Parts: sequence; C-alpha cells; structure tokens
Amino acid sequence: MTLSDGYPTETIIGLEVHVQLKTKTKLFCGCSTEFGAPANTQVCPVCLGLPGALPVMNDEAIELSIRAGLSLDCNNPPLTKWDRKQYFYPDLPKGYQISQFDLPICADGFIEIEDPADTEKTRKIGIIRAHLEEDAGKSMHDEAAGKSDSKIDLNRCGTPLLEIVSQPDMRSSAEAKNYLNELKLRMTHLGISDCEMQEGSLRVDANVNLHIEVDGKKIATPIVEVKNMNSFRAVERAIDHEIDRQYDVWEETGKTIKDEAKTTRGWDDAKETTFLQREKEESADYRYFPDPDLLPVRLPAERIEAARKNLGELPAAIRERLQSQYGIKAYDANVIVNQGPELIAYYEHVATGSGDGKRASSWIQQDVLRTLKEQQIKIADFSVSADKMGDLLKRVAGGEIDNGRGRDVLDHLIANDVSVEDAIKALGIEAVDGNEIESLCQELLQANPQVIEDFRGGKQQAVGALIGQAKKKNPNANPQQVRETLIRLIQES
Amino acid sequence: MLDSASEILRLQAAGETSAVEIAKEALDHIEASQSTINAFTHVDRERAIAAAEAVDAKRKAGHEMGPLAGVPVAVKDVLCTKDMPTTCSSNMLRNFRPPYDATVVSKLRKADAVIIGKTNMDEFAMGASTETSAFGVTRNPWNTDCTPGGSSGGATACVADGSVPLSLGTDTGGSIRQPAAFCGVTGLKPTYGRVSRYGLVAFASSLDQVGPIAWSVDDVALLLQAIAGYEPLDSTSLDREVPDYQAVLQSQDLRGLKVGVLRDALDTDGIEDSVRKAVIDSIAVFESAGAEIVDLNLPYSEYWVPTYYVIAPSEASSNLSRFDGAHYGHRAEQLTPEILQPKKSPTDEDKSIGPLATAYCRSRGEGFGAEVKRRIMVGAYALSEGYSEQYYNKALKARRLIKGDYDAAFTQCDLLLGPVAPTPAFRLGDKIDDPIQMYLCDLFTVGANLAGVPAISLPAGLDSNGLPVAIQLQAPALEESRLLFAGAAFQSATEHHKLRPTLGTS
Repeated sequence: MTLSDGYPTETIIGLEVHVQLKTKTKLFCGCSTEFGAPANTQVCPVCLGLPGALPVMNDEAIELSIRAGLSLDCNNPPLTKWDRKQYFYPDLPKGYQISQFDLPICADGFIEIEDPADTEKTRKIGIIRAHLEEDAGKSMHDEAAGKSDSKIDLNRCGTPLLEIVSQPDMRSSAEAKNYLNELKLRMTHLGISDCEMQEGSLRVDANVNLHIEVDGKKIATPIVEVKNMNSFRAVERAIDHEIDRQYDVWEETGKTIKDEAKTTRGWDDAKETTFLQREKEESADYRYFPDPDLLPVRLPAERIEAARKNLGELPAAIRERLQSQYGIKAYDANVIVNQGPELIAYYEHVATGSGDGKRASSWIQQDVLRTLKEQQIKIADFSVSADKMGDLLKRVAGGEIDNGRGRDVLDHLIANDVSVEDAIKALGIEAVDGNEIESLCQELLQANPQVIEDFRGGKQQAVGALIGQAKKKNPNANPQQVRETLIRLIQES
Repeated sequence: MLDSASEILRLQAAGETSAVEIAKEALDHIEASQSTINAFTHVDRERAIAAAEAVDAKRKAGHEMGPLAGVPVAVKDVLCTKDMPTTCSSNMLRNFRPPYDATVVSKLRKADAVIIGKTNMDEFAMGASTETSAFGVTRNPWNTDCTPGGSSGGATACVADGSVPLSLGTDTGGSIRQPAAFCGVTGLKPTYGRVSRYGLVAFASSLDQVGPIAWSVDDVALLLQAIAGYEPLDSTSLDREVPDYQAVLQSQDLRGLKVGVLRDALDTDGIEDSVRKAVIDSIAVFESAGAEIVDLNLPYSEYWVPTYYVIAPSEASSNLSRFDGAHYGHRAEQLTPEILQPKKSPTDEDKSIGPLATAYCRSRGEGFGAEVKRRIMVGAYALSEGYSEQYYNKALKARRLIKGDYDAAFTQCDLLLGPVAPTPAFRLGDKIDDPIQMYLCDLFTVGANLAGVPAISLPAGLDSNGLPVAIQLQAPALEESRLLFAGAAFQSATEHHKLRPTLGTS
C-alpha cells in the first residue's frame, strides 16, 4: 500500500491467537472450565498451586490440539513435552506457567484466506506453531481514587489454551480479519473452541510493523505488539491505527527496527488509539525447562491418523458441498458456513425437508438470520424447528402457499408453538380454486380496462396493480396464479 | 517396646496393650526428649490419642485391622497433613495448614497408623544436618553435640531416641539414608515413582522420593508396603504391582546373589577409616551368608555431586517460586498499602523494581533462610538464558551417563555395596558455614537419586567415639525386595541395628 503523499509502504502483520479449548475440565486437574462461576469457586490444590499438589494431564486437550493441528495443516511431532515458563505474578499461583517451549504439539502449517484485494484469489498465511499451555487467573485492579486493591480470580487458572502463532504473512488489516474469521470458523466447526472473544475464549495479539521503501531501500519500523483488542473489528482498527502511527513516528524520529526493541501497546477502543504498555520488551528470561512433574507425551502416527479420520469436514469442504449438493451459489454457501456448524446443520435439514435448497438458503439468510439478530439468540434457541421450516418451505415450493403468505405463516410460527398445518389454519389460508380466481380476475379487468390497453401496448407490469387488488379482495389468492390468469384473459379477449 | 512396629502389632493383637497406651507412651517419651533432641516441629497429643482411641474402638468392634493398626508413626514436615501444620521447617510456611493429606499420609491413616506428629528437617529439605531448620537444630540421640544428619534429621532422631518405631522421611540426594546412618537406624529410599509424591512439598521433583525409616529392615518393609504403589495423581508414579515385601524376608540365604563392592568409593579422599572398615567388615558378612562378591566401579561417580548440585537447585528454584506471599505462606508484615504505593519514601531498590516486586522480595527475603536462597539463586542462574546450555542441559546429559553407569553395573551384579556418608555424624556447627563441605556429605548418596534406583542405609556398628556408622546397598529400579532381602540377611547376621543410644554428650 501507499500512504497518501508518502513513501511506498508495506504492512507486516503476524498474529498470536489464544483459543481456549472446549474441554470439560482444566488442563491439569479436574476443575470445571465453565465460564462465569463466582470468583475462586472452580479451584483445587492443583490449580491453586498449593505445596505438594501435582499436575495430571488432560488427554482431551491433547486430542483437541491434534484436531486443531490437522485443521491448520500442521505437523504433530511424535513426541511433545511440557515446559515451565517462569515469571512472578499474583494471578500465576505456581510462579510458573506450564507451557510448551521447544516441542510444540503442532508446527508448520498454514491457512488459506480470501484475498481482500481480489476475492477471486486466495492468500496463504503460514502458521509457525501452535502450543498448549495453561491459562493464568484474572487480575482485577480497582483503580478508583485512593485505592490500590487488586482482586484475583483463579477460576480461569489452568484452563487449556492453544496459542496459534502465525508467520508475519499478512499485509493488511483486512487480511488479518479474514485470517481470524477463517481460524475461528475452523475452531468452532471442529468443536475445538467456542472462540468467544467477549468471554476471553479467543484472544488476539497483533505484531505490526512497516516496511517503508525509500530510494529503493527497505526500512523496517520497530515492531509493536498490540494487545487488549476485544473484537475482530477492534483488531482491524488497531492495526490500521498502528500503520498510520508508525508511519508518522518514523517520519518524525526516523527510528527503525534497529533503534528500538519490540514494544507493547494496548488498544483503547473508545479513543481508537493504541497506548504504550511496556517500554521495552525486557528481553524476558522465562528460564524454560522441562516440567519434571509431567511425562513427555507420545503422539503415535496411528493416533494422528485416527484423529484425521474423525476430523469431520472443514469449512472449505462444506462450502463446496453445499453448492454442489443443494445448488446454491458460492456466496450463499459462504454466508451459511460462516454462521457456524449449528446453522449449517439447520440449513441442511431445511433444504432436505423442503426439497428446495435455494429457497431454504434465501429464507434462512433473510428471515431466519434477521430474526436471530432481532432476538439476539442463536439458532439453537430459534423457535421454529428445522422440521417445521422444511415443511413450510415444501408447501411454498409446491405452490400450496405463496411466498407472501408463507412469510405470514413463518411469523406465526415464530410467535406460536404450533405446527405448520395449524398455523395455516389459524391464518385462514386455504387454496383458492381456479374458477374463483378466474371470476375474480374477470371482475378486476372489467373494472380496469386501462390495464388491458397498457398491457397490449407492451407494459407487462401493468397487471401488477391488479394482483395487489386481487390480494386485497382475497388474501389467499396466489399472486402467480392471478398473474397468469390475468394475462391469459387479456390475451383471450 | 517403641522400637519395634511388629512387636506393637503383636502385643495389640494379643490384647496385652492398646493403641491408646502405646500412643501415650510415645507422646510421653517425646515430651521428655523434645527439649534435648528437638525431633518434632509439631505434636498434637489430643489428636494422636483420639486417633489411637478410634483404632482401639475398631478393634473392639471386631473389624479387620489395617497393617499398621495402632503403630505410632512420625511424618516429616514436608508431607501435607490436613489436620496439622506443614511447615517444611521454614518461616515461609510457619502457619501453613494444607487443605489436604499427602497420599502417603492418607495411606498411613487407611492402614490405621497413629500419626504422632511432624518431624523437623532442613528447611525445604535443603541440607545434610537439620541445622537449616527455622525451628532450631535437631540433636543426635547418640551424642547431642552432633547433628542427626539431614535433611530428615528429625525423622531419624525420633526413631533413634525411642519415641516412635516408624517414621516417614524424604530423600532427594540422601536425605533419608545419611541421617539414618548418623542415627544408627535403617532407612530406605525407594525407586523414583514407587511411592506417590502427591502432597510431598517439592524440593527437586525429578529426585524426590518418600521412604520408610525404622530400626530394622523388617519394620522398614512393613512401612514401605503401606505407602508404595501407583497413584494417578502423580504422573511420575510407576504403574507397577507392589510385591509382598514381608514374603521376601523369610529367607536369609544369599547364595547366588552377586554383590558389587564400590572399590573407588572406599579410596575416596575424606572417607573416614571407621566408615571404610564398616564396609569392609560387611563384605565378610555377605560372603558368609553365601553372596558372591565382585569389585565394581561407577566411572561417572565423580560427576554425581556436581550434576546433582545443578539439577536439584534448578528444579528447586522453580518449585519454590510459588512461595510468594500472595496467596498463602509468609507475607512481609510491613507491606502496608503505604509502602506499596511507589510515592511514599521507597528505597532506591524499591523504586527500581516497583511495588509488586518489592512485596515479593520482602516476603521471600524474610520467609526463606540462607541455604534455600542460595539454592534458588544457583538454580535460577543455571536455568538462565545463555547459561542453561552449559549448566542445566549439560547436567541432564551427565545424568543420562550416570544412569548408564548403573545399568552397566547391574548387568554384572545384583546389588551395589558401599558407604552412605564419608563420615559418621559430625558436630553441630562444624559445616554449617561451609556449603561445599556440607554438599560433600552427599558424595555417595546422590547417585541413586540421579539414576532413580532404590537404596538402603543399614547400621554397621559404632566408631571409636560411639557414633553409628553404616553401609549402603543399591539395587536396580523396582528391586526394593532385593534390598530388603539382603538387608534382612545382614541384620540377622549382625547386631548393629539392635544397638541403642544412651542420651549423652561428649
């Protein structure tokens, strides 16, 4: 990219994403990982780091990490191990975090994302590694005037995290956003993580700097790690802000990557700026060493293969399948797949039940997603089951009910827990017989001779007005049938 | 009577005494000796008697009794007990009460043992004389001017002074065997993983093991049987069946057993004649019991102590990070909000590190003693970026070679025979200001920890000053039976384990 009246500039972005694995219990003890329990109630001697307590590895976390690795085209090494990363902080009760240093459970993968500059193309973003580690607790600092209290909630302590580290392969905030969307999609589809940023089950740190080209030479600005972003939108905005800020600072000071170590900046969503958090990444020495309380973990090829077989469909494959199986367009398949596995299952159920994949796609994208948004619910809580939806759309597809009346039925179903049959009855919808339509149309044509002339004069849409009138006189009249009858009558007369 | 668990079991079964009577006798004994020996950090008379009453009631009700029913047992104060403090003899944990029992403690309770109290030790098990305890030194019952050894000095002294017949110690580099040798009792360090470490406050996780201490091999076997076995809560515990240790004690026939004598050890500088003589004398005992003697060396043994003193402090520096005063344990008293506010007249040091680090430094500075700090610093250094390759990682490589030595030796013999410590008990104060001299107490013991193999210290007589000397047997991993079998044969042929101290000074 080129900044207005500036030197040609390339943005270099690498992302570190922590996803919380969807295990029932913590990584090294039997405590629940449920979000939102009262502070310090989901703890035991192990996750509290009490003297003498010992960690026991949760194999479910290993399984989910293998799945994650497979979904990111990573290699899983035959042997992985646990290391202690040591630092003091009150929300880290052992004084070390059990993590993985030199033998991460997943390494060397990639994700393909849509190129925001050309949606027909894809970009390949490398994954350096993904390693398992336990989460720390949560510190809450009371910053009210005159107070210096900090409260610590250790419920989160020991929750399994997979830290996925990308190569610095992204070149714009839009690419970063596409990467995050695709990553989240895979993690949620495969049941690896909920990826709820609000609940902290997905966290993003962005490493950003610029390559500025001056007189044919590339100048790199100091690397900044941006933290505290609580939505994908915030990640985009923070990166865009950093691009401008780093360029301005470079123009002002001329400082390059050689002059300044990596700094950490926080994102202030309200002010839409980043602010300095840590001056200099004090080349922290975590004194990593293998955790003597835990055994190395062997990952036999058979286990990886078994996981590969059970992996299920990746989002890209589902997109393809929805297109070929239900005859919908790539765009529509994308919208459905992006909504996550529950909605895909809903769609497939409705498409099969109705026998009309395109209609199912358009109704779900419009009516269902709008309702979910209005009611702020997820598809699992939507009041119209996939069975009912399929039944309704089958009737619409078969011409039993027209689109407009069909939507009335859907509204009724959303508000009332009744069958489609009963909804139709309650709304007084009944099939209107052909003779009745014919006499209705004759009546309308007699009353509106101008329409006949307009139609003959080439204004086909003139009959539209009469369709509206017909609906008023008989709400059950099928507009398509009315149109066809009107045209036939005009042509016959 | 308090010197034999098997005798206590027999007398109770015969109805000649009760658990309460025994407990009272032990408690009275401790009350009398504590001011001199100071073997205990905590004794709870009421609770012990209540536990003994429960055992008697159980017996009266005709229930099946546990294998240690009514036997008073002392527990080293590094093992978590939910009804007693667990201090590790440190100011850091002076008032700490764990909310749970260590697995070995639960096992003692299940075996109907009566836990009498917690025994004194070197702070966080770091030391070889019990002098680094924050609760005062423990004295050697054979000569109260001498150290009982360490770190399980309280655990061996309380057996030696006749307070209890059984005691649990822990051994990271010799901490059961060396004090057992100094106190003239029998002490066994099991194979790494044979006994669960859950609830053992970690010093060096890859070396720590809990083990039994008693006068005789028979009693050691009894206690080992009660605590050994796989446990899922300790990932490093071995999922292997525990043999019936009593069964192996029946035969004293050592014919066919090959005993490898560690000749180089006997020629080591600084080994005292009395110790050398004890080993040489014991060779004759094993020979006459039918064993075949072969001479052996462990070529990498000169690297044992340096390797150990990199690995153990490295792990310790990490394990002891949790003691930061934030959640439990000692917190510096003067840490008022005013002090933690950076603006109120902080010292220069405080200014540079900020209030949180100040809180940590003060709490840890006050809570830990000098030896613990020394080892944390050594360990942190050895693990530091740029140094770990030449220290910690190199020590791990040396450890593999040392283990290889043992593997090779055990292709040529069934057991290794050698000394436990270079000297008998030394005088209190003699080495406390000279860490290197103190570390050399571990010269012959750390090998078993580094290799993870079991080893036993057996009384082997007294020196000219009347202080006990001992021999050490080491066996391949999981071959505790072999140690017990050979140890029992040795004890049936000798009277050393029957010698008792008469409290005094020299």
